[in-house]
Amino acid sequence: MIPEVGQFALMLALGLALVQATLPLLGAWRGVPEWIAVARPAARAQSLFVLLALLCLTYAFLTNDFSVAYVAENSNTALPWFYRIGAVWGAHEGSLLLWASILSVWTLVVTFRSRSLPPDFTARVLGVMGWVSVGFLLFMLIASNPFTRMFPVPLNGRDLNPLLQNPGLVLHPPLLYMGYVGFVVPFAFAISALLDGRLDAAWARWSRPWTTAAWLFLTLGIAVGSWWSYSVLGWGGWWFWDPVENASFMPWLVGTALIHSLAVTDKRGAFKSWTVLLAIFAFSLSLLGTFLVRSGVLVSVHAFATDPRRGIFILMFLAVVVGLSLLLYAWRAPTVKGGGNFHVLSRETLLLVNNVLLISAAFAVLLGTLYPLILEGMAVGKISVGPPYFNTVFVPLTLPIVFLAAIGAGVRWKQQKLRPLLRYLWPPFVVCLAAGIGFSIWYTGEVRALVIVAVVSAFWVMLLSARDIWGRIRRNLAGANRWYRVPRHVLGMTLAHFGLGVFVLGVTLAGTGSMEKDVNMAPGDSVSLAGYTFRFEGVTKLRGPNYTATQGAVSVSRDGHRVALLHPQKRVYIVQTSPMTEAGIQSGLFRDLYVSLGDPTGGGAWAMRIYYKPMVRWIWLGALFMALGGLVAALDRRYRLTVARGAAPAPRTPVPPAHPVPVSPGNP
Amino acid sequence: MVRYLVSFGLFAILVALLAVGLGHDPRRIPSPLIGKPAPQFSLPELAHPERTLSRKDLLGKVTLFNVWASWCVSCRDEMRVLDALAKSGVVPIYGLNYKDHRTAALEWLKAFGNPYVVNAFDQAGRVAINWGVYGVPETFVVDAKGIIRYKQIGPITPYALNRKILPLVRRLQEEARR
Repeated sequence: MIPEVGQFALMLALGLALVQATLPLLGAWRGVPEWIAVARPAARAQSLFVLLALLCLTYAFLTNDFSVAYVAENSNTALPWFYRIGAVWGAHEGSLLLWASILSVWTLVVTFRSRSLPPDFTARVLGVMGWVSVGFLLFMLIASNPFTRMFPVPLNGRDLNPLLQNPGLVLHPPLLYMGYVGFVVPFAFAISALLDGRLDAAWARWSRPWTTAAWLFLTLGIAVGSWWSYSVLGWGGWWFWDPVENASFMPWLVGTALIHSLAVTDKRGAFKSWTVLLAIFAFSLSLLGTFLVRSGVLVSVHAFATDPRRGIFILMFLAVVVGLSLLLYAWRAPTVKGGGNFHVLSRETLLLVNNVLLISAAFAVLLGTLYPLILEGMAVGKISVGPPYFNTVFVPLTLPIVFLAAIGAGVRWKQQKLRPLLRYLWPPFVVCLAAGIGFSIWYTGEVRALVIVAVVSAFWVMLLSARDIWGRIRRNLAGANRWYRVPRHVLGMTLAHFGLGVFVLGVTLAGTGSMEKDVNMAPGDSVSLAGYTFRFEGVTKLRGPNYTATQGAVSVSRDGHRVALLHPQKRVYIVQTSPMTEAGIQSGLFRDLYVSLGDPTGGGAWAMRIYYKPMVRWIWLGALFMALGGLVAALDRRYRLTVARGAAPAPRTPVPPAHPVPVSPGNP
Repeated sequence: MVRYLVSFGLFAILVALLAVGLGHDPRRIPSPLIGKPAPQFSLPELAHPERTLSRKDLLGKVTLFNVWASWCVSCRDEMRVLDALAKSGVVPIYGLNYKDHRTAALEWLKAFGNPYVVNAFDQAGRVAINWGVYGVPETFVVDAKGIIRYKQIGPITPYALNRKILPLVRRLQEEARR
């Protein structure tokens, strides 16, 4: 009964989405207030029905309703309840429902946080989001229905893919999708501005907190995914340049560029059409990511469902949404007048360079991801591009970003005199250069140019960020303000830039300082690595709720003191009978000790892989700082105040009035 | 206007590319070596290190060349099929023991059965690279002239054996007789 409710809710949601996608847009075009007024209630009702469907599916999982084919394929009575919730989005159909549900969450938030926007603008935004919703709901109902029944009802389910039975899975997809799908909001804002013909600075200001919010979720989602693969896959790596990882990383890069470009458009009125294009790109890459993952066009560990019909549907959807947006852009953007002028040395220039570098990096990732397809399209054969390509191309493109991020915040808009800038920058630069070179040589024991450049850049951005905040606090202490009164968008930016430094430092030092050993150990054997002694104590058998495991015990000591007891496991899941490794990890701020259990080699001995990974936590710590920065910035009161002022122009900045007469003569 | 259409043009190319990509089977990894002579090699035998096995030994008859390792779980699944095939005597199976330890490999053969005429011991995995091996197990069908005619990626299932490999082997044996 409940699955039918879910099915029905999806159909109703589709109907409502069609209303939401048509009437408000027509109303805004024709100027019919009644049709415009439909936008909010239709969007809310549509969202609630999609969320109801998600609840129904979750209920089916929690109650082990194996008459639902999707539940039978991805769950089991022995599966712990929290993994049953994770299993809701553990495969194709559920992932799509999660996609649609998160779109609903964003839609709901937009309906509540847009009261002060002009009604016709909100109507257009919700209309555009409605079209996206129509696409996904149609896709689910036609080709990927999660509620399809199965008769005869199996006695038990086939269980969730063991790779996905990890706390990371419960978190990773929702966070990632919050980010991915969140870019629909700036996209809808940009499309509305294009439809409207009012491509001014106002839409940029309205988009800013939304973009930052989506970006912070995407950052967290990618970080959790990386941490999950580190602890589950047992290879000790944290990033594999897998097509699916790339699919989430490309929108991140473009989203980061968008955040910076929006700042210029908001504050200076420049880069207007470029910013619109970036907003379209960011969401297009999210859709492209969905396509790459869901169609199975690229083989990867993540492509669980491959059905050509599904691929064709998503491809058509992608073509329509992105194609129409780009055509609309080509039609409307030429009418936009350029914004404020700026000098060669100015914050605008630096942000332009940032944009160019980020987009080039995103393009390099796109090229590497699609390269096998390109070759296959030209019938050359099948080749995949591995980490060497990405590392060679990506690192030189991104290191300058790190370096410039530190400077950008201290440079004035419009024009910066060179001399005071240099006076401000040279003392910390000398400090970072000396400290960076000294540290890298001490750390690696040799002179390696790339490591030195990376470490110096990381120190540089961390030091300048800290100094920037400290300078503001000092001015507050001297002036009338409370000392901690730092504008949130500044604080957020600085935190994120600091996080970038932490991240780069983590990547560099973990990359160069890691040590590993493949060993064959019998109980009682010891092996030493990086000053630690790993002693294999033997294995014991364990029974989990839905698996049996062989658990090794490895005690680690340093200078005779025991520092850790690691328990790497090798699990065999009862239903799917696939072996899984669960690494034994002891983590610390400065180093991880990591043991993964291989196969028995006879006589009680086991093949084992032992890693010493310094600073690896800094990689995720950096991402946390970035996400925290995003959170602080998105909550800046400045955006709320501007929105509250609605259509009134912001007096402080020299941007054109927020709502002048329509720019485009084509607008009725 | 044209300047603004650039991104649309690039996107159209991308869509065309993806559409072509959809038509391909993602699980099919065509080997560039099919139809080409099998790469030269000369390796010590697994059981008798003093003897060597080389490409010459494969010539003059249709052979299966099976790449395996004792650390490979799906090689174990394949063993039943290979054993039955070896007993039937239809086609000789040569093995390439890949990145393995000699003792572990020999013990493994004792435990799970030995369908091989003889095994080459490729500890460094160099020969496997020349043969374009993606992972283990992989099996090549090599004709009497030493030309690679088919490559099975992953374990040989009964289905793949009866539908693809055996018909091909019989056809090649016919060809060789003529």
